[in-house]
Amino acid sequence: MRRQNRLGMGIGMGMALVALAFDPALAFAQEAAGAVREYGNFPWLGARGAIWIAAEVHLMFAAFVLGVPIFGVVAEAIGIWSKDERYDRLAKEFIRLLVIAYSATAIWGAVLTFFLITLYPRFWAHLSAVFEVSMWVYVGLFFLESFTLYLYYYGWDHWKTGRAKLGHLWLGILLNVWGTIVMFIADSWLSYMMSPPTAVTPDTAPETVRLWSAIANATWMPINIHRIIANVVFGGSVVAAYAAYRFLAARTQEERAHYDWMGYVGNFVAISALIILPFAGYYLGREVYEYNEPMGITMMGGFMSWLWIIQAFLIGVLFLAGNYYLWVGMERIPGAERFQPYTKWLLLVLVTGVIVWATPHTMIASREELEAMGGSHHPFLGVLGVMSAKNTAVNLMILTTFLSYLMYRRANKRPVVAWARTGSMVQAAIFLAAAAVVLFYGIYGYYVTAIVRIGFSVYQVLAVLTTIISVMILDMLVLRGAESRGEIRWGQMPVRSQYALFVLVVTFTWLMGLMGFARSGIRQHWHIWEVMRDTSPWAATPALGYAAQMISACVLIFLGLIAFVFWLGGLIEKPALLPKATPAPAASPVPATMPAD
Amino acid sequence: MRELLKHPFWQAVIIVVGSFVLFEFGVAYLPPLLGMKSAPVPNSVLLQYMLTVLVGLLVYVSDNEQRWRRFKEPLHAVLVDPGKRALRMVLLVAVPLLVGFVTYDQLRPSVEAPLGLRSIHPAPPGQITFRGKTIVLARLENPLRADGSIAEDYQVGKRVYYQNCLPCHGDPLNGRGHYAHGFNPAPLDFTDNGTIPQLTESFVFWRVAKGGPGLPKEGTPWNSAMPAWEEFLTEEEIWSVIIFLYEQTGWTPRTWEEAAEGAEE
Repeated sequence: MRRQNRLGMGIGMGMALVALAFDPALAFAQEAAGAVREYGNFPWLGARGAIWIAAEVHLMFAAFVLGVPIFGVVAEAIGIWSKDERYDRLAKEFIRLLVIAYSATAIWGAVLTFFLITLYPRFWAHLSAVFEVSMWVYVGLFFLESFTLYLYYYGWDHWKTGRAKLGHLWLGILLNVWGTIVMFIADSWLSYMMSPPTAVTPDTAPETVRLWSAIANATWMPINIHRIIANVVFGGSVVAAYAAYRFLAARTQEERAHYDWMGYVGNFVAISALIILPFAGYYLGREVYEYNEPMGITMMGGFMSWLWIIQAFLIGVLFLAGNYYLWVGMERIPGAERFQPYTKWLLLVLVTGVIVWATPHTMIASREELEAMGGSHHPFLGVLGVMSAKNTAVNLMILTTFLSYLMYRRANKRPVVAWARTGSMVQAAIFLAAAAVVLFYGIYGYYVTAIVRIGFSVYQVLAVLTTIISVMILDMLVLRGAESRGEIRWGQMPVRSQYALFVLVVTFTWLMGLMGFARSGIRQHWHIWEVMRDTSPWAATPALGYAAQMISACVLIFLGLIAFVFWLGGLIEKPALLPKATPAPAASPVPATMPAD
Repeated sequence: MRELLKHPFWQAVIIVVGSFVLFEFGVAYLPPLLGMKSAPVPNSVLLQYMLTVLVGLLVYVSDNEQRWRRFKEPLHAVLVDPGKRALRMVLLVAVPLLVGFVTYDQLRPSVEAPLGLRSIHPAPPGQITFRGKTIVLARLENPLRADGSIAEDYQVGKRVYYQNCLPCHGDPLNGRGHYAHGFNPAPLDFTDNGTIPQLTESFVFWRVAKGGPGLPKEGTPWNSAMPAWEEFLTEEEIWSVIIFLYEQTGWTPRTWEEAAEGAEE
């Protein structure tokens, strides 16, 4: 009976095979089954939601692990040449956070890759066919970067003195080199999606695309530059937030002093890099326009233009929080009292700047309001909605922030050089001249054609950059050998100032998510601009509300995980700076009866 | 009174009230006194301005320890001072009532169409088909300007405008024609420097030729009532009316950059 069944099955299968061989419809079905599946699905979130979160959180971690080594190595170098142990300790603490964050970056990178393979197989097939060689190089560099990082961190105490220390510093530099190349390679993949070489068409076989032309596409280098600077900003703000967290949890005055100083350094690095970031952004925007004008219009004047209003408001928050931190910090600097009466005027410039910068050209208005205005443009405030006003506002805000920093820097110093007064007057004159140039071109911009006006932003930027560089050089010369009005009382910082550092990191992270959406969203319904169309159910560009929810989810995931990293960082190693017996001051959040450590 | 003005809490109150009065009434009524056009600030923008002022104020009152302490004094007194019990009770009732009213006001049913984000510069396609003819928009100039017959083209454009565009865009080209009040979004005000001077003539040609139906899918719903004029006007008539728009308003069209356009607006 069993044998009969087997025979029956065998005959059945044989007939099926014969039918397959002769039935063209069945043969076609087989061929179709062998073809590449175009899209996968992901439960609840959908394919796009899943890839969005994976890519964004990976990018946030990557920005952190690329930004931190840059100033980790700079801090180590300062420590070596200034022989100030604090910098070395600071650098090591940064890198300790890096070791933990590095594996999180790799995990999210793997999640992103698997999601791409399973959810977007057609797109992945194209990308890997074009970039396969660079993907192998990427993996190789990843190994090099990992082991350089391990050597750099675990060898810190081993190679601590003499020439070995210099060798150790070189390891740090090498770590940055590998990391930067890794980022450049990954940037080439995503910038290819935005701006593939014009010779590549939907009919081009991906294997025939020349690798270098795909890598060196129109937006590759602007994105590389923008990301390097942004990574420093982001890394600085995350480290400052870490310091704020440790400051709030500190149990001794010395610990509080150390984390107050660390928070200051992190914030200083973040704000310094932030000041030059808009210029890199302009360069990227300009290249987008040069590559494809409709894409540029979609980004700046079309349906993505609302993102820039949100961005302006968020950057306004960054400027306000950064300056606030400096002004509050001046209270712990002897001699800073003489500058405090001026901060309210700086604040007035900043608030006015935010108001101007965030004024939309096309306003959200009810029917009655639209009728009263005679359209979507306000007849009076409309002048604030164009780039002449916005460029002027942002450049004046940058100058104001630089002035805040200068006051902070000078607070406890008394110049001794004979020409100190003249030097200060020259500095003031440079400031005034720069502000006048910025204002002049801002106002003159309304009286010339658009094409001339665009060029004015270059003059405004040059005026600000020249001021920053020349005033800084002058300041260093004026303060050479300056007397101290008293030491900075590190640690005597009000608790509320630390929340400004948290505001900074949340805002930076949200901004990254927002601008990432802008950069990616301007491709609209294309996986690869005008080469591979997105034919999935998720091809429509999402509404702002949905995008805001996704960005917020990514920010929460990242900050949740980074908080875990901070906590782990505290578990791994207790910094050697902690003395055993220093009691907590009365204002400390820790009860006096609690042991010091 | 002078002491009151020096107190950070009352300074903050004065600044909040002063800013509100400035944004709500000052912007609408002061510029006309100087001969400038203005209108009330839309609520969405007013909210944005007031939020910025509030954040700025919070920075101001708390960036100095002494000022921060003084700022909190009246708040602290209202919350715990036995002599301020009556005021405390009034606030305990008034604040939740105010929040409740604002919530009710936001949520109550209204016949008003919901507010929507609109983008004013839709991205143009690289090329369009005009009555079967392919026209590449990138770097396209108004062909009539090369003829040197601007005066004639102006007259043709003027006739076309008054025959077709006047009912919506109005006699002074300010977007307030007879039918304008029936449309949302309102017809474009060509006298506004935020409209046609920001655009190349090829962009304007695309908009006139394809109208509302030709707007890109992205950024929908556009709700534009602008007809697709290619069905009623010739290519030359559209270019002529564009010349009329610029000549009549005195604006200069946006030009193409030598290498490529790098506009931000």
